[in-house]
Amino acid sequence: MSKLIRFAAVAILLAASGPLLAAKAGNLDSAGTNVFDRASLQRGAALFANYCMGCHSAQYQRYQRLVDDLDLSEELVEQYLIKGDREITDYMLSSMPYEESADWFGKGPPDLTLTARSRGPDWIYTFLRSYYLTDDGWNNTVLENPAMPHVLWDLQGIQRAVTETITDDEGNSRTIVTGLELDQSGRLTPADYDRAIRDITAFMEYIAEPAILVRQRIGVWVLLFLTVFTFLAYLLYVEYWKDVKK
Amino acid sequence: MAKTANPISRSVDALDQWVNERAGVKSFYKQHLSEYWAPKNFNLWYFFGSLSLLVLVNQLLTGIFLTMHYKPDAEHAFASIEYIMRDVEWGWLIRYMHSTGASLFFAVVYLHMFRALLYGSYKKPRELVWILGVAIFLILMAESFMGYVLPWGQMSYWGAQVIISLFGAVPFVGEALVEWIRGDYFVADATLNRFFALHVVALPMVLVLLVVLHLAALHEVGSNNPDGVDIKAKKDDKGRPLDAVPFHPYYTVKDVFGAGIFLLIAAFIIFFWPEGGGYFLKPDNFVMANPLVTPDHIPPVWYFTPFYAILQAVPDKLMGVVLMGVAVLILFFVPWLDRSPVRSLRYRSWVSKLALALFVIAFVRLGMLGLAQDSSTFELRFWTFLYFAFFILMPVWTSFEKTKPVPERVTT
Repeated sequence: MSKLIRFAAVAILLAASGPLLAAKAGNLDSAGTNVFDRASLQRGAALFANYCMGCHSAQYQRYQRLVDDLDLSEELVEQYLIKGDREITDYMLSSMPYEESADWFGKGPPDLTLTARSRGPDWIYTFLRSYYLTDDGWNNTVLENPAMPHVLWDLQGIQRAVTETITDDEGNSRTIVTGLELDQSGRLTPADYDRAIRDITAFMEYIAEPAILVRQRIGVWVLLFLTVFTFLAYLLYVEYWKDVKK
Repeated sequence: MAKTANPISRSVDALDQWVNERAGVKSFYKQHLSEYWAPKNFNLWYFFGSLSLLVLVNQLLTGIFLTMHYKPDAEHAFASIEYIMRDVEWGWLIRYMHSTGASLFFAVVYLHMFRALLYGSYKKPRELVWILGVAIFLILMAESFMGYVLPWGQMSYWGAQVIISLFGAVPFVGEALVEWIRGDYFVADATLNRFFALHVVALPMVLVLLVVLHLAALHEVGSNNPDGVDIKAKKDDKGRPLDAVPFHPYYTVKDVFGAGIFLLIAAFIIFFWPEGGGYFLKPDNFVMANPLVTPDHIPPVWYFTPFYAILQAVPDKLMGVVLMGVAVLILFFVPWLDRSPVRSLRYRSWVSKLALALFVIAFVRLGMLGLAQDSSTFELRFWTFLYFAFFILMPVWTSFEKTKPVPERVTT
């Protein structure tokens, strides 16, 4: 009977916590990144340095880490990724002064080191693919009226919104965006553009937590060690308790 | 001692004797380990006490190393955490051990407390063990709240803002009290500094002291067991309880095995799931604190949400705060609310079993409601009502229910 209660209690706890842990994905597209794919991270690093770092910084990430983690040589990093007169040991700071840019855009460009942890990879991936041009300039279906223009438009091309006018129960009609379509193609095909964005997203996932590249590998060994340890501890326990449990 | 022993073992024996004549190490060892008689029928639920101790040690050790690199300064705190995560050797591991440890601490403590409810471990003569335990729980809540503020992310900042402002509900002195706690007109550098001092010095000392007292009180009266049988009633001719084994080596080896299972789970989280699905490390807390930007939703960390839900169930702020406080403080009175002649749920009727089951469901459900953004007021109040009904009605059903006879010796 007591066993029954015990299992019931555990079952109730688990059942109740199930929906708690269910992911709430919203309507974001799955980024499908592979942070262990060095080639993807390297491509992402190049795109990030060329397209993002004009305005954005990654203020907690050092260039040196890219050499250590992404199989890049110091020369390559210095030649292609470092802008201005920065050293390899410096943090990845944008050359645009934050205060002035805040004046230009109304809001300073946020630091991107931890965006993959605060917003999530899916958000970044969907956001960078959801710009569309209106008569008033760039807009985005993920983040309405963004301060940032579509800096990748020459790669993606120009998307326009597919709209639909709906009338609610009270007779008020409004226009909603139901989809995006490519109006003018860019330098990349849509599939290649998606891959480029996936690479940027993977790179941002990496800079958000550089330890991600090693922790799972180490974790496997830790779990193996603990399995052996626990097994031996179990044998010791059984041995000691043999004469108690008759 | 053997006279023929070599000089080295003679010196060791002499030192051993010298220390024991002055410090009584051997009698301490006997009293608490080799001759502490523990019931032989401990089950799964009895692992969580020693596991709580294990997590406490983990928090103290990893905390010391984090303190070596962390900067308690509103300007530098957030960046110093990222410095630990990136530039400090193994810093990410130490930080994840500490952050995961915080959540697991509450997990094992909640299970440990549930065990006490299950087997009536708070009943005479263990009331003081229980009271000290509830005091530990209270201090632990303060400790983890202040620790959560230290990374100085958005959730740290606004969580502190919300919790501290609760003190503003106190009549007359509320606002002055809030200002006194914050040390400023808003949550600021001064707040971070004092929370750091309390988190790393004051509260850990209180916590360790209370844990020592909790164990001392326990060892004075002896451990309860799943049957709630008094093992001291039946002794052999040497005065040893028949149904007990010495804590060491029997329960030390058993607890080492339990620790192994627990560490497997902990290591899995630390290495493969450190954010705990956003419940252990919140996404919003990876954004540095910004007093000008209020997040849409400021839920507390998962282990506080049941109490947060109780706060939300009441429309009046002061009454909400009072009810939330009572929800925790009522635990102190459980030894006297329970009027049952038997300890263990095993020998109580279906009424007690149903009551405890409903209480667990209410607690878990409140936890879920406290996390959600728009919980229905009706549901909040319904489960809050059940939570309190468990304690308030306890004297009633425990007085009238028909209990089963408790065996003289423990069952297996």
